[in-house]
Amino acid sequence: MKSSYIPMTKQQQEAMLSAVGVKSLDELFSAIPEKLRLKEDLNLPKPLSEHELKKHMHTLAQKNSDTCENSCFLGAGVYDHIIPSAVQHIISRQEFYTAYTPYQPEISQGVLQSIFEYQTMISELTGMDAANASLYDGATALYEAVLLASRFNGRKEVLVARSVNPEYRKALYSVLKYSGITIKEVDFNKEENDPAGKSGTVNLEQLEGKLSKDTAAIAIQSPNFFGILEDIKAISQKAKEIGALLIAVCDPISLGMFESPGALGADIAVGEAQPLGNPMNFGGPLLGYFAVKSPLTRRMPGRIAGETTDSQGRRGFVLTLQAREQHIRREKATSNICTNQALCALAAVSYLSLMGKEGLKEVATQCINKSVYTYQSLLENRQVSRVFDAPFFREFVVKPKIKPSVLNEALLAEKIIGGYDLTAEYPELEGCWLVAVTEKRSREEIDYFVDKVNLMCREGL
Amino acid sequence: MMRDERLIFEKSVEGRIGYSLPENDVPEVELESFYPVELLRETAPEIPEVSEVDVIRHYTNLSKRNYGVDSGFYPLGSCTMKYNPKINEDIASMEGLAQMHPLQGPQSAQGNLEILYNMDKYLSEILGMERVTLQPAAGAHGEMTGLMIIKAYHMHRNDSKRVKIIVPDSSHGTNPASAALAGFEVVHIPSDERGCVDIKALEDILDDTVAGLMLTNPNTLGLFEEDILKISEMVHGCGGLLYYDGANMNAIMGMARPGDMGFDIAHVNLHKTFSTPHGGGGPGSGPIGVVKELVPFLPVPVIEKVNDRYILDYDRPLSIGKVKSFYGNFGVILRAYSYIRTMGAQGLKVASQAAVLNANYIRKKLEDLYEIPYNRICMHEFVLSAQKQAKNGVTALDIAKNLLDEGIHPPTIYFPLIVHEAMMIEPTETESPETLDNFIDIMRQLAIKAQEDPESLKNAPRTTYVSRLDEVKAARTPVLRWKK
Repeated sequence: MKSSYIPMTKQQQEAMLSAVGVKSLDELFSAIPEKLRLKEDLNLPKPLSEHELKKHMHTLAQKNSDTCENSCFLGAGVYDHIIPSAVQHIISRQEFYTAYTPYQPEISQGVLQSIFEYQTMISELTGMDAANASLYDGATALYEAVLLASRFNGRKEVLVARSVNPEYRKALYSVLKYSGITIKEVDFNKEENDPAGKSGTVNLEQLEGKLSKDTAAIAIQSPNFFGILEDIKAISQKAKEIGALLIAVCDPISLGMFESPGALGADIAVGEAQPLGNPMNFGGPLLGYFAVKSPLTRRMPGRIAGETTDSQGRRGFVLTLQAREQHIRREKATSNICTNQALCALAAVSYLSLMGKEGLKEVATQCINKSVYTYQSLLENRQVSRVFDAPFFREFVVKPKIKPSVLNEALLAEKIIGGYDLTAEYPELEGCWLVAVTEKRSREEIDYFVDKVNLMCREGL
Repeated sequence: MMRDERLIFEKSVEGRIGYSLPENDVPEVELESFYPVELLRETAPEIPEVSEVDVIRHYTNLSKRNYGVDSGFYPLGSCTMKYNPKINEDIASMEGLAQMHPLQGPQSAQGNLEILYNMDKYLSEILGMERVTLQPAAGAHGEMTGLMIIKAYHMHRNDSKRVKIIVPDSSHGTNPASAALAGFEVVHIPSDERGCVDIKALEDILDDTVAGLMLTNPNTLGLFEEDILKISEMVHGCGGLLYYDGANMNAIMGMARPGDMGFDIAHVNLHKTFSTPHGGGGPGSGPIGVVKELVPFLPVPVIEKVNDRYILDYDRPLSIGKVKSFYGNFGVILRAYSYIRTMGAQGLKVASQAAVLNANYIRKKLEDLYEIPYNRICMHEFVLSAQKQAKNGVTALDIAKNLLDEGIHPPTIYFPLIVHEAMMIEPTETESPETLDNFIDIMRQLAIKAQEDPESLKNAPRTTYVSRLDEVKAARTPVLRWKK
């Protein structure tokens, strides 16, 4: 069989076999015990040419209905933001995307410098001293942060706000299961008689009640899963009083507008940097970011790029602090991570460079304007009701008159991807709907969405 | 060429922009009254202010200081740096596939779910396993997932005394690190004089505290574990499970299968074996396959086909839960799916055969000048030692740096740890005999120079954008970010 990806011709193959001193290809595999050698071809579909593959994939794509075809009002951790064209062009440079991890720094200065710039921007956004080169996604970044905290202070309990993304908490439960670290969850304020009323923020009284000398870290999210901003400062004070670390999960777009977790006293900032120039990709690849205050720098998981000089004194970059990593420390490494999300980090640094200070703020501002406009328009018609009463960013919770699952199905027929149904993950928020509105949505799209929601709620389905 | 060492920050000019956004067309929110003032940011983050052309030139110039598979030969052992077919990139960004939200629901994502479902089937067939989860984001992540499954399996059987994972001394560093993360105690076993697992040593440590064994096969010396059936029998005999590190799966596609070897769990690296690009370090994808008995423990969701519709099944009480958000690195999976569909069963087999022939060809052509510690027919890669050269003061590192000047990416060096001055060479099947001959010539010349004029090899590289970098300085006084 010939393949356009395998240049060796039949003739060359014969010559090479004889150079190796074997009679056949099979002889090269003689180390495999006879009974293990497959006698028949694998049962796979017959090969397609490029053209046939395109047609096949196009047929599959037609069974989807994507965010180009529909207006997306869904977020819940992954967001439909505008991505400048230049980003794709940069990450499509073969020297970047077809390279391996930069083990040979002299021919990897491109990737290494871009990581260094990425680390700088993440540190700037989060107000932290250092960031790593990336982790798989926000969920994995959170469990790495908790593991770091527990290793750092030797404590074995972590308090996690229930307003942290449920996907993240699920990964945290799975990975911590056999680590000896116990997870305690802290509720959010949702009733009149809760300490902060219907604010949707972490219940500080409950948090305080659960804090102890065993608490390694508190993990919160701000804006939290409901889009609501937490009082990071107050929580960090409570953490400090008892010697626990504060892990803040923060959305990077929001950090163009709001005070950084570092400035408010968090020790570790982690989260999902997909909104920075990366498409939603049906949930992967995403981009986990990880940033810390300086006492924790040498305990970070993953790759880190650092500045140095070459033998002629010129500035250059290398992977550094490698004594933390698995290829050197093996079972004593700070993490098992090897491959990360370098190309997604390159997309993020390209995105941030293009947006600049002003652009990032403009994106955040439009997210605020458009989400508030959507929220108020929805409430005005009295077909959805208020759930929380605190300020939010880009995303908010409402309770429509009909079930979110039914509503979403009907909206899809109108070319709208509706919000996230909170019922399954939050039984106390049964029938509640988490709606995200980014700068990408026009007023026209928003008005159409609001009209449809009103109509469907009023007339029933 | 003019050197431009500036960082993007050092090109910033106040007031310059590089974006184009729609006008705000809704009422403006007065921030100070909507949010508590103390939550608003006082000082803007130091993000550069540059134009689009500045950004494009900056990163285009950076890219020129980088080396990819499209640049040339990349025989980086253990990493399977094969060519990344361009059609796969087109498919990955195809309209209708990539711009999907992970939570939009199965109803509007039947095409993507079908791809994931079929990918599970294809990989199960290639590995000889019952089912595959596509959730792990990389090889190490797959290892961790597999080990969590091993843990869950033993715990489910109330066999809590199984705390040990056995790992050969030649294994990838991720193996012991993943085992530790899953809460196991790591026990190393030595290799024997043939470079394979020392069966006697294995026998000595097998008992009812062993949860499992992790094995890379072909191992990191590029050798197939000849006693593999014996090993799996022994580990199973003591009640342990077998984990197959499939980083080297490129050697045996269509030739043999981990499942048939008696392994219970196996991962593959889509970014190695299945041609997806490494992206300068990622993203990758590390699906794992499991035998029937372990299917209930797979992460959620599992994609099922019910009455010709694809669904996400979360209702799996024995599942280990989730190891990351959503369903895996879909964009990477799309590329690997495209690869499998264009290669077919025979294509995959031919790829492995060519990969193995290429590795043996180089080995044979270098064996007179370099020491090859376990010199026999290898699989897709082999390890040579620069010990002979090191006696003249020319180390594996020196040879690697000289290859840079020849426009070749060096092999993996100083791994596996059990070989001194190791150079691990993996040519892959996508390289032509002409490319291999060129590499062989250069390696031979370097060996001769190491003999005749070792000093001449000490100062490489000379042609790269930077010369050798001071790694000690970087680690001792870390500078990890730019500051204004």
